[in-house]
Amino acid sequence: MKLSGWGRFPVRDCKVAIARGDAAVAEFVQSGPLIARGNGRGYGDCALNPGLTLDMRQMNRMLAFDATEGLLAVEAGVLLSDIIATFLPRGWFPFVTPGTKFVTVGGMIAADVHGKNHHRDGSVGRFIEWVDLVGADGQIRRCSRDENADLFSWTIGGMGLTGVILRAAMRLRPVESGWIRQTTLPAPDLDAAIRIFEESLDATYSVAWIDCLASGPRLGRSLVMLGEHSTQDELPEAELANRWAMQGKKKINVPFDLPSGLLNRFTVGAFNSAYYWNGRRTAGTRLVDWDSYFYPLDAIGNWNRIYGAQGFAQFQCALPLDTAAAGLRELLDAIARAGAGSFLAVLKRFGPRGEGISFPMPGYTLALDIPASTGGLELLDRLDEVALAHGGRFYLAKDSRMGARVFQQSENRAGQFRALREAKGLSERFTSVQSERLGL
Amino acid sequence: MSTNTVAKAPVLILGARSDIARATAHRFAKAGHPILLAARQAERLEADRADLQVRYGVQATVHEFDVLATESHAAFVDSLPTLPEIAVCAVGLLGKQEEDEHDTTSAVRVIRTNFEGPASILAVLADRFEERRHGTLVGISSVAGERGRASNYIYGSAKAGFTAYLSGLRNRLAKRGVHVVTVLPGFVDTAMTAGMDLPKPLTAQPDEIAEAIHRAVSGSRNTIYARRIWQPIMMVIRSIPEGIFKKLSI
Repeated sequence: MKLSGWGRFPVRDCKVAIARGDAAVAEFVQSGPLIARGNGRGYGDCALNPGLTLDMRQMNRMLAFDATEGLLAVEAGVLLSDIIATFLPRGWFPFVTPGTKFVTVGGMIAADVHGKNHHRDGSVGRFIEWVDLVGADGQIRRCSRDENADLFSWTIGGMGLTGVILRAAMRLRPVESGWIRQTTLPAPDLDAAIRIFEESLDATYSVAWIDCLASGPRLGRSLVMLGEHSTQDELPEAELANRWAMQGKKKINVPFDLPSGLLNRFTVGAFNSAYYWNGRRTAGTRLVDWDSYFYPLDAIGNWNRIYGAQGFAQFQCALPLDTAAAGLRELLDAIARAGAGSFLAVLKRFGPRGEGISFPMPGYTLALDIPASTGGLELLDRLDEVALAHGGRFYLAKDSRMGARVFQQSENRAGQFRALREAKGLSERFTSVQSERLGL
Repeated sequence: MSTNTVAKAPVLILGARSDIARATAHRFAKAGHPILLAARQAERLEADRADLQVRYGVQATVHEFDVLATESHAAFVDSLPTLPEIAVCAVGLLGKQEEDEHDTTSAVRVIRTNFEGPASILAVLADRFEERRHGTLVGISSVAGERGRASNYIYGSAKAGFTAYLSGLRNRLAKRGVHVVTVLPGFVDTAMTAGMDLPKPLTAQPDEIAEAIHRAVSGSRNTIYARRIWQPIMMVIRSIPEGIFKKLSI
């Protein structure tokens, strides 16, 4: 069937099988090269294999919860949205969440997803106690920091290329409510945004919406949003009555592909200006429910259709602390000049580097959507080079088109990863369109 | 009985491994019912049992059950920790029509799995429920049983038998405090139909069937089609004169 990632680019004809149980997965693994796929929220071609793509979503059982440790064991196809629905009313929230709750636990581990708390807590891998992994031989191995530690560390952020993740145990964070105290701080330019991030390293959550179309003295103008889990005592009566904020929000849907050119320099520019000035006007602290705070886009079903049938590519790089300001300026300049910015460009301070080829590293990350048009793809190539020149790295869960050379230059552990894959016979069993493209 | 005790009534799911059964177990567990999962190789239901317990905080147990071992059905019911208030029979085997129509062994297996076995276990449960004077029996049959078609008449005829059985059972138990629900799913997106090219508007997700079953049990409905669109469709299919029907390929 025709399959793509969330960016709807590229599209490949893939044979798809549904995983139902350990034995079936072991059999599929031994039948030939494949890649496991979660809920398809990776943007590009990371979960596509024309030969066999293994849909893990039916393996979605929650297996055990230890309420003293906050440790939840699940099958890999369990959705984060289900975990929240089940555990938030009991006072637990994921330690790390990406910008959508419609991801599987297996996918979160494979991409080593990060959230707005990366600067403080790191990526999701830090909160994974163990994984059960099906290797090239069809055997299931428990991997943790103590057991098969090598395999464990490469599996985190390993994009499914070390085997099929069957089960995992993830630690949850105790919370007193489903409300977030959000503080919005306007930053008129890039330096101001970076200054706010550096002064807010103690904040649990921090992220900035950045206007990619602003140029000149306004280059990098942003709204930096800090967040803290609200305690029970901090809630006014109305919010206290709805302590876990579990009521279903109204969901709107994009029912069909919008025309490709609808989002252009003028429409997005107008939106961005309005958004910035509105943010400036309403700056300050307010209570926001968890769903609106962490997952604003989840409220818009099929939002990936707004770029039209051609789809879009996400660009997300991380730049080291010492080159971040200069690198970001150059990236933003190139984007503003091309007039190709998106509604949702995000800037974020990263904390320490994680395991294996996991993406985040201390510094700043910039993420934005770019339509997968000819001009858009050319711009992306230019952005790759700018990021590379500043010692940048790229997020494989977002990537759909980077060249092998760019990737190899950016990832100093790529060789080590390839060697491990070869030594364990993984390279001929677990492949994706992305892994082939990147030479992994 | 008060609504509260009804809400906490134990639900037995027979053939607990199927997608519809799983969805149904979740739906009742979500409403707070303890769940008894029964199927062959019950030890392989452990993850499902844990799932119900972790997600909904209800008690869930697993029980070895072979629908074809009809002689063991009375002992199976005796072995349950409690006589359930609601029993859902989700056992089913689609078979492969092209092979089954020539292979009596596999055809008999389809017929026994869809009709004889379910009829046997429901007979045992019916007696116990009747004696107790309350309970609900739910049989998951199929629209395929509404009229025999070349493409699936082995499966369809067994389901036709099961549908008639459920209707008779309902008639027998109506005055004895025991309710019988017949569920007639159309196309459902499950392991059973994997790889088939099913028309989307007519194809339900297992969750929808589970929701319909839960509603039918609470509302004491007799026969439900899921999705409802199947009711008028089947009315038309039933009303086509046989002289014409036999020449159609639908």
